[in-house]
Amino acid sequence: MTDSKYFTTTKKGEIFELKAELNSDKKEKKKEAVKKVIASMTVGKDVSALFPDVVNCMQTDNLELKKLVYLYLMNYAKSQPDMAIMAVNTFVKDCEDPNPLIRALAVRTMGCIRVDKITEYLCEPLRKCLKDEDPYVRKTAAVCVAKLHDINAQLVEDQGFLDTLKDLISDSNPMVVANAVAALSEIAESHPSSNLLDLNPQSINKLLTALNECTEWGQIFILDCLANYMPKDDREAQSICERVTPRLSHANSAVVLSAVKVLMKFMEMLSKDLDYYGTLLKKLAPPLVTLLSAEPELQYVALRNINLIVQKRPEILKHEMKVFFVKYNDPIYVKLEKLDIMIRLASQANIAQVLAELKEYATEVDVDFVRKAVRAIGRCAIKVEQSAERCVSTLLDLIQTKVNYVVQEAIVVIKDIFRKYPNKYESVIATLCENLDSLDEPEARAAMIWIVGEYAERIDNADELLESFLEGFHDESTQVQLQLLTAIVKLFLKKPTETQELVQQVLSLATQDSDNPDLRDRGYIYWRLLSTDPVAAKEVVLAEKPLISEETDLIEPTLLDELICYIGTLASVYHKPPSAFVEGSRGVLHKGLPPRTGSIEGPESPDTAPSGEPAADQPSVIPTQGDLLGDLLNLDLGPPVTGPPMATSTVPMGAVDLLGGGLDSLIGGSGSFTAAPSSTAPTNVGAPLGSGLGDLFDLTAGVGTLSGSYVAPKTVWLPAMKAKGLEISGTFSRQVGSISMDLVLTNKALQVMSDFAIQFNRNSFGLAPAAPLQVHAPLAPNQSVEISLPLNTVGSVMKMDPLNNLQVAVKNNIDVFYFSTLYPLHILFVEDGKMERQMFLATWKDIPNENETQFQIKDCSLNADAVSSKLQGSNIFTIAKRNVEGQDMLYQSLKLTNGIWVLAELRIQPSNPSFMLSLKCRAPEVSQYIYQAYETILKN
Amino acid sequence: MIGGLFIYNHKGEVLISRVYRDDIGRNAVDAFRVNVIHARQQVRSPVTNIARTSFFHVKRSNIWLAAVTKQNVNAAMVFEFLYKMCDVMTAYFGKISEENIKNNFVLIYELLDEILDFGYPQNSETGALKTFITQQGIKSQTKEEQSQITSQVTGQIGWRREGIKYRRNELFLDVLESVNLLMSPQGQVLSAHVSGRVVMKSYLSGMPECKFGMNDKIVIEKQGKGTADETGKSELGSGKQSIAIDDCTFHQCVRLSKFDSERSISFIPPDGEFELMRYRTTKDIILPFRVIPLVREVGRTKLEVKVVIKSNFKPSLLAQKIEVRIPTPLNTSGVQVICMKGKAKYKASENAIVWKIKRMAGMKESQISAEIELLPTNDKKKWARPPISMNFEVPFAPSGLKVQSRVDVRGTHPMPWREEDEKGTGAADTVSSPSGWSESCTEKPGGDIGRCHLGRQDDRRGWPGGHEHT
Repeated sequence: MTDSKYFTTTKKGEIFELKAELNSDKKEKKKEAVKKVIASMTVGKDVSALFPDVVNCMQTDNLELKKLVYLYLMNYAKSQPDMAIMAVNTFVKDCEDPNPLIRALAVRTMGCIRVDKITEYLCEPLRKCLKDEDPYVRKTAAVCVAKLHDINAQLVEDQGFLDTLKDLISDSNPMVVANAVAALSEIAESHPSSNLLDLNPQSINKLLTALNECTEWGQIFILDCLANYMPKDDREAQSICERVTPRLSHANSAVVLSAVKVLMKFMEMLSKDLDYYGTLLKKLAPPLVTLLSAEPELQYVALRNINLIVQKRPEILKHEMKVFFVKYNDPIYVKLEKLDIMIRLASQANIAQVLAELKEYATEVDVDFVRKAVRAIGRCAIKVEQSAERCVSTLLDLIQTKVNYVVQEAIVVIKDIFRKYPNKYESVIATLCENLDSLDEPEARAAMIWIVGEYAERIDNADELLESFLEGFHDESTQVQLQLLTAIVKLFLKKPTETQELVQQVLSLATQDSDNPDLRDRGYIYWRLLSTDPVAAKEVVLAEKPLISEETDLIEPTLLDELICYIGTLASVYHKPPSAFVEGSRGVLHKGLPPRTGSIEGPESPDTAPSGEPAADQPSVIPTQGDLLGDLLNLDLGPPVTGPPMATSTVPMGAVDLLGGGLDSLIGGSGSFTAAPSSTAPTNVGAPLGSGLGDLFDLTAGVGTLSGSYVAPKTVWLPAMKAKGLEISGTFSRQVGSISMDLVLTNKALQVMSDFAIQFNRNSFGLAPAAPLQVHAPLAPNQSVEISLPLNTVGSVMKMDPLNNLQVAVKNNIDVFYFSTLYPLHILFVEDGKMERQMFLATWKDIPNENETQFQIKDCSLNADAVSSKLQGSNIFTIAKRNVEGQDMLYQSLKLTNGIWVLAELRIQPSNPSFMLSLKCRAPEVSQYIYQAYETILKN
Repeated sequence: MIGGLFIYNHKGEVLISRVYRDDIGRNAVDAFRVNVIHARQQVRSPVTNIARTSFFHVKRSNIWLAAVTKQNVNAAMVFEFLYKMCDVMTAYFGKISEENIKNNFVLIYELLDEILDFGYPQNSETGALKTFITQQGIKSQTKEEQSQITSQVTGQIGWRREGIKYRRNELFLDVLESVNLLMSPQGQVLSAHVSGRVVMKSYLSGMPECKFGMNDKIVIEKQGKGTADETGKSELGSGKQSIAIDDCTFHQCVRLSKFDSERSISFIPPDGEFELMRYRTTKDIILPFRVIPLVREVGRTKLEVKVVIKSNFKPSLLAQKIEVRIPTPLNTSGVQVICMKGKAKYKASENAIVWKIKRMAGMKESQISAEIELLPTNDKKKWARPPISMNFEVPFAPSGLKVQSRVDVRGTHPMPWREEDEKGTGAADTVSSPSGWSESCTEKPGGDIGRCHLGRQDDRRGWPGGHEHT
């Protein structure tokens, strides 16, 4: 029997012949004909014309034939909806068949037919099948609910299938549970708001039990679902981890990776002091290493994930460097990934081995791999200072090989090494210059030009070298042009006398003859700088450059945290959030790591967890060439095109005298400028927008009747650079009992922004938006909008560190952005915070003395009355005032939105500008923030 | 989840196309062909994203299997599934080739319908599948048979069906270890590890409860601590006799939570051949052989190669079926070989000299020398100089692993097995004789345990050191 013959029929009139065969009386002939039809379908021929004839074959006892007909139906039903109805009866009948295999087959197939009329008939059979006595039918029906939901979500909800599906999580059969979990997870993903997968400790326990019993695939569904659960405390997290760890020994790599995901996520919640935390870290390494002996495709997935894990928790694999050494027969994609991880794990302890390996790799055959190896040597130099010297000499050896791409790659990395260790390895410049002619790649040319410009004073013929590049200026790529422009300006500032002509030439090439706006703008900036204030130009252009960080190509921490939640999935392979490659609503839901629930002993310092580090400490990434001075161009010069184009018409281009004045002043004299091409200096850029507001409220505070507390000027919370052009600045205010977040959204991108939405993470006082973020019209480029977002304090509460930390997510049509900000505590002081005198005295005594904290408020010149009224404006009420030995004692009370009372004693000496503040509170951890609030209110 | 699955031949013609999700259109079939199969460059990644659609592919000989999706699926799962799909197909019709796929396309569609539902992998164990996907047309089963099938497919022991009967109960165990060795050009061992596989062939009746033991350091230490009177025994086991296993993974039949808590390996095996476990060790590896190559370039058209192998184990032991594979440059025109022992042959199709020795005792040395004639080429592409590799069987494991296994056959079977049951539970087959891998028969009637040991040693840098230019 050879079925392959079905693939070869290409006669004319085939369809007619098939039609006749399909209607044959002989069963065997019928079956043959259906097989031919399926084969034609597979290779892409249109056999939809045979629809009625094929459907006629459906009523048969032969299961094989039935399956073939079903396959045909699934493919063509959509194009022939009216005809598909003919099949319904058979389906409904099959769903009642005594054979469970046939019942399941019918319900499975029906769910794949996306025709409304059929879907209607599906509901009743599906309901029965979900409660079928046979687990095989139930597990098939569970998946069918997901199919139906994909066709008609409303129908599924109306028919109550979701509840039935939820019940299946408690089914006695593990496979039914697993499929129900998979179906629910998928449905929940398209309804991020719904609480479908209502995971609680009981249901988690059921899942963990099923985990031990179901198929390998079921284990993956369950683990992936578990990863979305947020344990209520560290104890629960630990107990789940304990029950998930055995999965790390599973032969199926996907089970292992999903288990790793759960562990990596829940580990966030465990305290580092815990013994268990250390045990878990140790347990993670071996299975990750074992993944590297899987098939190459899986190794690739594993390596992409290990790359993330190493960035998040370098301690796990720090001793495992050797397993990442490249094997001869590794496919190229595995080699490249291994190389990446080797660099991440390189440290002083293992650098010798790593370097020996890299040197070896640099002589391999694959060009990409060799390049990456050369680059890796440079990265080692930057990362491990002790090895820098050896790395540089290795690179020089490689340059001697004269292999073109090796040389170019080496020059690119040497440039970075120069930046990391200034004034250390410049002796090699001569060798580099020898290879100038062989450089044909833009990146290498740009790097070389940068080196020449940066060290112009040490290279005798720097002007000649740069001039040689200038000849073909217009044929160069943008990054080379930009670099050449900057390099020549640097050269000019260092050796003004000899290079005047050169700089004029490059400026005119950049501004006059180029169509590239970036190049023109940079040209004009230099031009203006040089002509208005050459000393300033020197300061700007030759400014000391910030050191580059050790780690390069790091993934941004928030993205990294998100990707950790997607371990094992495509997102972790692409290193991109799902929203970047998934269409529609799925995957838009952002995931984040759970915050560490440190026990109450004290706020844990986030010294080791990179996610907790303030943004400022994030290592910056080596900028690509062309960005080195790119920052200059980020200055917004107000309305575009004012000076420069005019200047081109008024100033004769190429005039020798163009920079004459500048030259004088550079050399020492204070010459005046005659022909500055620019007309205006950039006006004040980015003045704090709301600075006036503060003063306004000072007045009201002084009066003390109008209830509105002090409002700090707006500060930038989210810089445009981090949010694809969206800048958010804002502040918090409290007026007449309501808290609001006053925001200014500025669009600094080139496209219109719309669909804004905002969300807060759980926080210490349950702050949450009381209304959605209303931006009425789409925000055009360069436009700003001011919004006052009302807040309430009924959101979910979670202690943050610092206490007043608020994590915010803002979404627009481009992406979702995250930032965190600190809110002043006085926005939480409620209006009825005035305590009765008696009550105050009693409470003061009642609170133990160890809860009292003292602070000093320095440099405040107000008198007691002014202080009192100013504080009252922010709902800090003075209950009594006493004068003791010339000192004014103010007794004050305030209440926070969550009902915490704070009692204060403020001591003011007329002659002394420093006040003493004693705070008593049952929750002493707030005291420090109350003090900050006092200070802010009194000083503004 | 998986949106569709396609199988192509080497030309990029579709052999099988099964779409599970509505978001995957017919154009996806062509997109993969154009962008991956017909791509000029070598494949740079097993995952390709084309127009927001992701393609996962694996290749088996000339056949491409591609899974397609538009969602953020579990990538590891998709690849595991593709491998599984290959296993299932191989189990049904042998080698995965264009011919076989075309001949069995109806079967493949039926399988695909069963093991993937809406893109979610379902039970894919061949043992279970073969009970109801037969291609013989399902004969009218009895009700019991039907429910037996469904309970097995969905059950906890999805990999084994009930009611298996054998006249002879047999169990074979193979330990296959491959030693991966990385040497510096100076001959210094940079890293070495053994990755081992325990492959079991079980032909046992009923639902046998098996236990598998090995001289794992942790277990032996545990036992030592556990019972005082066993100390004598554990001393035997400890020291050199126990090995430190870095990590191991198990077939899904092994109860993982039990391994995690007690470190005991217990399971009900699938019928037939399967891979019970994989393990990895890095400490105290015995390297059974040393390979010393010497290469001399004589002019531009001639290479002289000399390879010496030294066996590095007790003289009383014998290594068997030794095969050394020495890669030759692509522009080789002819080879002349002389070897002291065994037979050597140049295989042009494999670009290698294959040297076979039947038997070799410990602490011996043997050598081969070859003259390789090269065609003058102006091909600039460098020869990648693949490593020399060798295969052999030795009566010990380079990692030092030793195995104890125990099979309890529980009494859910018809008559003849009652008797065996009593004996079976009592009988433990312990293999820990000093030489480790000698044959020993069990007391069980008809029971038989066979082992053989296969080793493989790869020296990644095939041409260390002696690369001399003249």
